[in-house]
Formats: sequence, structure tokens, C-alpha cells
Amino acid sequence: MIINDDKLPDLPPPPSTVGVIGWLRTNLFSSWLNSLLTVIVGYLLVINLVPLIDWAFLTSDWIGETREDCTSGGACWVFISVRLDQFIYGFYPEELYWRINTMYVIGVILITALIIESTPKKPLIAAFTLIIFPIIAFYLLYGGAFGLEVVETHKWGGLTLTLVLACVGIVASLPFGVLLALGRRSEMPIVRSLCTAFIEVWRGVPLISVLFMASVMLPLFVSGETHMDKLVRALIGITMFQSAYMAEVIRGGLQAIPKGQYEAAMALGLNYWKSMGLIILPQALKLMIPGIVNTFIALFKDTSLVLIIGLFDLLAIVQAALSDPKWLGYSVEGYVFVAFVFWVFCFGMSRYSQGLEKKLHTGHGAR
Amino acid sequence: MKKLASIAAMSALAMGLSSGAQAADETLGAVKGKGFVQCGVSTGLPGFSNPDAKGNWEGLDVDVCRAVAAAVLGDASKVKYIPLTAKERFTALQSGEIDVLSRNTTWTQTRDTKLGLNFAGVNYYDGQGFMVSKELGVKSALELDGAAVCIQSGTTTELNLSDYFRQHKMAYTPVVFDTSDQTVKGFEAGRCDVLTSDQSQLYALRIKLANPDGAMVLPEVISKEPLGPVVRQGDDQWFNIVKWSLNAMINAEELGLTSANIDKMKDGNNPGVKRLVGKEGPKGEGLGLSDDWAYNIVKQVGNYGEAFERNVGTGSPLNISRGNNALWSKGGFLYAPPMR
Amino acid sequence: MPAEVNKSLAPASKPKFWNDPDKRAIIFQILIVTMVVAFVAHIVNNALTNLETRGITTGFGFLTQTSGFDILLTLIPYDATYSFGRTFLVGLFNTLLVSFLGVALATILGFVLGVARLSNNWLISKAAMCYVETFRNIPLLLQIFFWYVAVLGPLPSPRQSIELGSAFINNRGFYIPSPVLEAGFWFVVIAFFVAIGACIYLSRWNHKRQDATGQQFPVFWASVGLLIGIPLVVYFLAGSPMTWDYPALKGFNFKGGAVIIPELMALLLALSIYTAAFIAEIVRSGIEAVSKGQTEASHALGVSNGRTLQLVVIPQALRVIIPPLTSQYLNLIKNSSLATAIGYPDLVSVFMGTTLNQTGQAIEIILMTMAVYLTISLLVSLLMNWYNKRMALVER
Repeated sequence: MIINDDKLPDLPPPPSTVGVIGWLRTNLFSSWLNSLLTVIVGYLLVINLVPLIDWAFLTSDWIGETREDCTSGGACWVFISVRLDQFIYGFYPEELYWRINTMYVIGVILITALIIESTPKKPLIAAFTLIIFPIIAFYLLYGGAFGLEVVETHKWGGLTLTLVLACVGIVASLPFGVLLALGRRSEMPIVRSLCTAFIEVWRGVPLISVLFMASVMLPLFVSGETHMDKLVRALIGITMFQSAYMAEVIRGGLQAIPKGQYEAAMALGLNYWKSMGLIILPQALKLMIPGIVNTFIALFKDTSLVLIIGLFDLLAIVQAALSDPKWLGYSVEGYVFVAFVFWVFCFGMSRYSQGLEKKLHTGHGAR
Repeated sequence: MKKLASIAAMSALAMGLSSGAQAADETLGAVKGKGFVQCGVSTGLPGFSNPDAKGNWEGLDVDVCRAVAAAVLGDASKVKYIPLTAKERFTALQSGEIDVLSRNTTWTQTRDTKLGLNFAGVNYYDGQGFMVSKELGVKSALELDGAAVCIQSGTTTELNLSDYFRQHKMAYTPVVFDTSDQTVKGFEAGRCDVLTSDQSQLYALRIKLANPDGAMVLPEVISKEPLGPVVRQGDDQWFNIVKWSLNAMINAEELGLTSANIDKMKDGNNPGVKRLVGKEGPKGEGLGLSDDWAYNIVKQVGNYGEAFERNVGTGSPLNISRGNNALWSKGGFLYAPPMR
Repeated sequence: MPAEVNKSLAPASKPKFWNDPDKRAIIFQILIVTMVVAFVAHIVNNALTNLETRGITTGFGFLTQTSGFDILLTLIPYDATYSFGRTFLVGLFNTLLVSFLGVALATILGFVLGVARLSNNWLISKAAMCYVETFRNIPLLLQIFFWYVAVLGPLPSPRQSIELGSAFINNRGFYIPSPVLEAGFWFVVIAFFVAIGACIYLSRWNHKRQDATGQQFPVFWASVGLLIGIPLVVYFLAGSPMTWDYPALKGFNFKGGAVIIPELMALLLALSIYTAAFIAEIVRSGIEAVSKGQTEASHALGVSNGRTLQLVVIPQALRVIIPPLTSQYLNLIKNSSLATAIGYPDLVSVFMGTTLNQTGQAIEIILMTMAVYLTISLLVSLLMNWYNKRMALVER
């Protein structure tokens, strides 16, 4: 008897399943229908993308001062580069740009520190970002103290204003959101129904009507002498609107905490606020971060609506620039630029939140 | 206990809010206290109120604000400009966010009587007109039957347009936009055949077209649009100040006083000039201002004619002729009551 | 409110009333109610004083006054001689029109994209992913502006219209012939409803027959035939009681026929493309939520791929899909208010825009507008909850 103890060498897989051809076969041409779809979609992509790339990169102009510098026939990015300062800083006095830049630098450092996992003392940094940083940012932007000249809010604009609106909206709505969510889950019927009504009303109306309300009705609600800045009014509107959405995110996070945690907290003799503040919220907040980032993305995109009430956010300031007689006819470049800026921010944040979600997910799976 | 404390704090806050003064505000005192005049202007209309590349406001409406600041505070630059959309303008004034609204606003009965506002005068006599593309071959507004008309929302023009077409039994399609910029863009993109607005604005908007020569303004003027500064009802002193700031500009032109020659002429013998610069006559007492209030206006802002030429007239890209806005003695409507 | 542990050492003694959670809850709620009422009263009082001292007219009397302005698109009879109240209705109907069309288009596009995202064809799934990632990360307002420029830009003026049979496309809109119904048309309508009845009967009959014999009848195609065939036959029997109103160039513009204005096209494109990106993600996660075992089991039973999707995967996926889908529908309806940016005459643009400006009665008008959106939202939520419950009951 012959026994071959040696393992027969593995045959190479058939050439049609490996390499480029194999990949193509399984992924693009697995059936007749698939092949047909691939060809059609591929064709559509090619005829659309090639001119687009050509327009945006190959035949575009990047450097220059006036529209005469745009000679290649493609996109005229000169329009953007000439006005970039205005798009970022709005009508902020040029010699004070350093104040905005300082704020950006601090903000970026703080946020990077928060995103990187291995940073020590994260809660401390988070508290600093949420409580101290807004105060610093306020004095940097508005001035009025520490020898800084006051810059009226109607001079704010561009990307800075967009970020201010979105960040203030999200930070200010956090505490309200927590209170509303706790209220909605409360066992006191009146508190519960009041919070539910508040949340549902704001979630049921479009932001634009809230902004109109803030800009037109709010002045009538305060008594005689108190005057509110237009930006402050818009911020109040956005915060109210956002608190309702934030409350729902937080409620979702609270619901994800197992009941045992509540019971354990009670068993330890902690009162309501202590058990919430020390046991439930710290756990729930971690779960809520993806949801909060997602509402932030939605809010960030929605800030563009303030152009309807006459604030010059990024979109509005680009639109205003488009009607400059010297630069007529570059609306596509302007819109593409704004779209790109928003896209970079939103896509980055959504990737971050997705990554976080995945991480949190596995964490729970392991338990 | 903490909860109780926070409740106490919140109710105290609520109390504090409700006790926030209910007193009728004296605008003059408030303005002097703040040290600047808050002036509502448009979000950008060349010739009337428009920020330049550095964000400095200029225009005929802006000059009214500057005149008020010069009269009250002695310094025409002490103005805080608040750009407002057509929708916001009246609420902003009603709520006290601004002290004076100078934003190409038409004086109508409703606005004067039902909104709690007072019109302090007219700084531009306007009328609604039509702009068409030359290609269309239209020579008169009466040939516009069936046209699509671009128009800015929230203005009296919307009502005049409807009246005009109904009166002449013509049909039209209204295409309404939110801002004048969008209206021009819609016109340029061919969304409509005609753009209608106040004539002054038509000239301002025409220079925003890629090819201004391709469009023409039709001769018909279909409405009266007296544009002027507006103040809150119920503060007669402030109303008088704004009214007479404007009148001083007009009277100065009549007297031949300009920002350049006022220093020379104020020591002359012309009794009108003497009254204007506050050496004789009513002076500033009745208005609650210093005696040189009108001198400050003319010195720092100029007379009405100067402001007109600088902003909308021959000294500007708009190149509008004085027409109705000439002095009464020169065939126009401008007629200020005498200062005596 | 959870009970607070009574620290007192003598459990027999009655707790102080502020330590009794029930009583505390009552006191707390009374306080809250007092504060809310005080706050609202304060605001209302302020508003009333402000309105009065500033001499602003209040009340809803303006609704009966003549409006004096015209509106681009009206689904109900309207011109400048109608009242401001009528402008409210005109705006409301225009909002409903764009919302309804937008929801329909976004659903179709979203489902197609969601399925494409799961396709085993690499190119298609990546293209769908790019679509989703691009469009959901750009503000809707910007997309509306973009489509408005993109729709208006390349279209010719009315005199150089693109002709498609008796339909015309130009930068004033898409002009199509509109049917003019004559007296006998009622028969056709009745016939149509009869056909619907026949279809329902057919499907029941088929169910019974399938249960009894296992045989299937091609219900879908038979229904299509019935729905088209019966009305068509009746139409000719009644002597073709319908004529067409063709658009024709008169003066500056086309007259006659029906027109889809470019504002509506741009808004619909933007709304449905934007919302479809979100719906695609919902559909994808819904389908992914159905465990693979279900598909495998179905295949093992010899059910074809298409039938598996139809009978096994989609009914289960729908349960996951519907709640988030509802909120997307609500978002779309609320987002339709952005119409004001390009001048589509929806509720916000007509009523909260022009009417507000002409009357100056901000509080009344803004509250009315918000109430409309709130009502729509609540109605849709109710409807979807009801549907959701029905779907959930099918489970057992």
C-alpha cells in the first residue's frame, strides 16, 4: 500500500477568479444584467466626470487678481482666491484677523485633543471646551474687554459666522436638551407633558419659520428697552430649535442605559440629581456622542438658512460676491466652492461619528 | 436645597426680566447716551445704501442717517448701520432696534397709520418703472400683455403692478424673488421678460447686469413712490429732528451752501444762511439740539444736491438726472419749509 | 422621581413633607406650572403692550381684506381681488403639492439607490455611495440655488423653445397640453373605479385559488390590463368626451395647456435628490437588518431571488425602515419651506413673505404658518404610527 503522507500542493485558483480579471468578473461582470448595468453606469460616469475634471482642474485658472486672468476656459478659481479673506472673515476689520485666527487655533487644538484617543484628562478638556472656550472665543471675536476693540456683530460673516452659529447652537442647546430629555422621561405628568409638547412643537416646524419668528416676533416679546442684536436673536431661535432635537438624542442615550443602573443608583441612596449626574449621564453621554455629532452636522448645514433673514454666513457672502459687477458669471465656481467647504466639514464629521458608533457598538457586543 | 435655590434664582430672573423698563423711551436721550445713531438701511442697494469693499456704508439713504448723527451728536460718522431685509424693516423700528429707518421705504397710508410709524419726509421722489431686454423690441409698457414680470417680494411694487395690468386689461405672470439681487439674476437668466421696480432701483440694478446696454428702462412710470426716512410714532421730538435734518439739507442747497463754502459763507450777511447756521432765528433749542446742528450737517454731509450727485447722480455709476428731485425752483418737487 | 432614602434613624416617625417624594413632586410641578404660566403671561403682556404703545393693528381682520397682488402658481382660483385669507390657502396648496410630489420622487429614488448601494456590482454600489455621501453633506439651500441655476441656465427663451410633439420646454417652464373634460367624461371616471373594484376582487380570488390549488394567476398584469382597458373602452363608447388644450406661443409667452414652472422643477429636484440620499441609507440599513439566514432559508425553499426580496426581505425590512422614513418625509415637508429662496410660491413664500409684508401683522401670520406645519407633522406622524402598528401586527 502506498500512502502518500505529503500533502498535495494547492493548485493555483483558476485564472478567471484571481487578479484583475477575477476581480472584474466577480464585481462587475458576474451576469449579463450586471455587465449591461456596468457598461451603462460606466459610460454615464465617464461622459460626466471627464468634462467636470477638465473644467475644475485641467483647464482652470488659479492665480491672478482680476477676471482677465481667467483665460483657459475652465473654472475661474481666481474669483475665490481673490475673495477668500472675505469668505472666511466676513466684514471683520482686516487688521484684527489675528483675533479670529487665534480662536481657530485654540479651537483646533482643543478638538484635536478631544478626538485623539490617548489624550489624558479628557473630561477636563471637554469641560474646558464647552465652558471656558466659548467665553474666550466671545472676547476674541466681540472684544470689549482686556483692551480688545469691540467688533460689532454685523461685521461678522463668512465661514466664521457659520461656525459661530453652529457651535453656539450646539453648545447652548446641550444643557436645555439634557433638561428637556430628563423632563420627558420624568414620572411627573405635568413636567413630562410640558417637555413633550415643547419638543414636538419645535420639531414640527421648519427652521426657517423659527428664524423668522426670532427675527420678527422676538423683539415684540421683550419689554420696551431691552434690544437684542440680530445675531443674538438668530442664536436664540437656533438654540430653541436645536434643544428639541438634542433632547431626542439625549433621550435615546438615556434609554440605552440598562434599568439596573438606575436601580443600583437608587439602592446606593443617591437622590435623583445625584444619580443622574454621577451614574446615568456620564455613561449615556458617551453613547450620545455620535448622535450629537449627527445633529451638529444637520445644524451646520442648516445655518445656511440665516441668509434668508439677512445674516451673511458663508453661502450668503458668496452669493453677495456673485452679484459684484466685476465678477459676474462665476456663480458655478462660487457654489462649488461653498459646497466643497460644507462637504469637507460634514463628511469629516460624519466619518468620525460613524467610526465612533462602530467602536461603541463593539464595546457593547463584548459585554 | 440646591433645587430650591435654583428655582429662586430663576424666578428672580423672571422678575428681573418683567421689571425691564416699560417707560416710553426718549429716543434723543437714548441716542445721546449711547453716542451713536442706530440706522436701518438696506442689505445692499447701490446709490441708496450699499457697503463698499471695506464695509463702509454709502448712499443717499445713508447720508440721511449721517445728517441725523451730525445734528444730534455733531459727528456724522457716529452711526451704527443695521442692514435689514424688506420684511424686517418695520419690526426693527417698532421694536427699538433702530432709531431711524432710512431704507428706500415708500410712504403709504397703511404704513403711516397702521404700523405705528411716522414718515419724516421724502428724500427721493420715485416711481415704479419697467426694464426690458432690448431684444424684445418693446417701446411701451402697454405692449407688455402676457409678459412674465420679475419682482421683489414684500414691496409696494407688487401691488402697483397688479393694479396697472388689471387697469389696462393685460395679463401677466408674476415671478417673485426675495432680494433685489435674485430678481436681477432671474431677469438675466431669462426667467421673465420684464423687471419692475422703482425707477431709481432699475438704474442701480441695470449696472449689475453683465451687459447693461442690452436692457432698457421703459418710459412709463406707473406709480408714486415717495421714499423717505421713518421713525417710531409717539416721539415727536425725535420725529422733528429727523424731519428737520432732511429739511436742513434741502434748504442748504436752496441757499447755495455746500460743505466746501459753508465756513466762508456763514459769516456773510445772508439772513437765511445766518438762520441755518444758528446765529439767528429758531436755533437748535426747539429741537433739543445745539445751535450749530444744521451747520454740522452741511459741513460734514453736504447739502441735498451734493449728496444726490455723489451717490446717484452724475458723480456715480448710476448717473440719474435730478428730474423730480430737483429743487422746486428748478422744476422739481423738493420744497422744504423755511427755517425761521 | 426616584425615592430618596430617608436618613432618619427612626423609621416609625412620619417623614417631613419635603422628604416625601410624592408631595415634593406635586410642589415641584406646581412651581414649574407657575413659572411657565408667568413666563408666557409675561411674554404675552409684553407683546400686547408693545403692540399697543406702537400703534400696531392686531387681530385676524386682515384675512378678509383684498390682497391686491398676484401669485405665480395657484391650484385654486385666485387673483388680486381675492382676500389675504385666500393667499393662505393658495400657499398651503402649493406647499402640499411640492411636498407630495417630493415625497413620491424621493421614495422612488431613495429605494433604487438603497438597493443599488447593496448591489454586488462594485461600480454600481460605489456610484450609489458617492451619490449618498455627496448630496447629504451639502446644505439643501445651496442645492436648491444650484438646481435653479442649472435648470434655468441651459433652457432657451420661449421663442426658441425645445419642441417635443405638442409639449414645449423653455426657461418659463415645461408646457404640456392639458385635457379639457366634457360632459360624458364622468362615465370614464366611473369605469375607472369599477376597474379598481375588479382588481381587488381578482386579487382576492387569486389568493383563495392559490390557497386551494397552489396555482397562481398573473394578477399584476391582469390588473394593469383592467385598469387601462375598461376606462379606455368606456371612453370610446362615450364618444371621446375629452379634448386637449394645446399650448401655443402668443406674444411673449405660451398660452393654454398646463405648465410646470422652473421653480417647481428646481425645488422638486433639490428636495428629492437631497432626501433620497438619506432614504437610501435608511433602506440599506433596513435591508441589512434582515438576517442573512432569512434569504438563505427562502432560497433553500426554492423561491427565486426576486420573490425572496418581495416576500421575505422587504416586508421585514419595512418594519425597520418606516419609522426613520417617516421622519425623512417630515423633514422634506418642512424643508419645502426653503422654496422662498427661489420664489416658488409656497406657504412661507406667499403667506409669511408677501402677505406678512403687505399687512405687517407678524405675530398672527407666523403663528398661523407654524400651526400649519405642526398640524401636517402631527398628522403624518399619526398616520405613520398607525401604519407602523399594522405592520408590526403582521409579525405573528
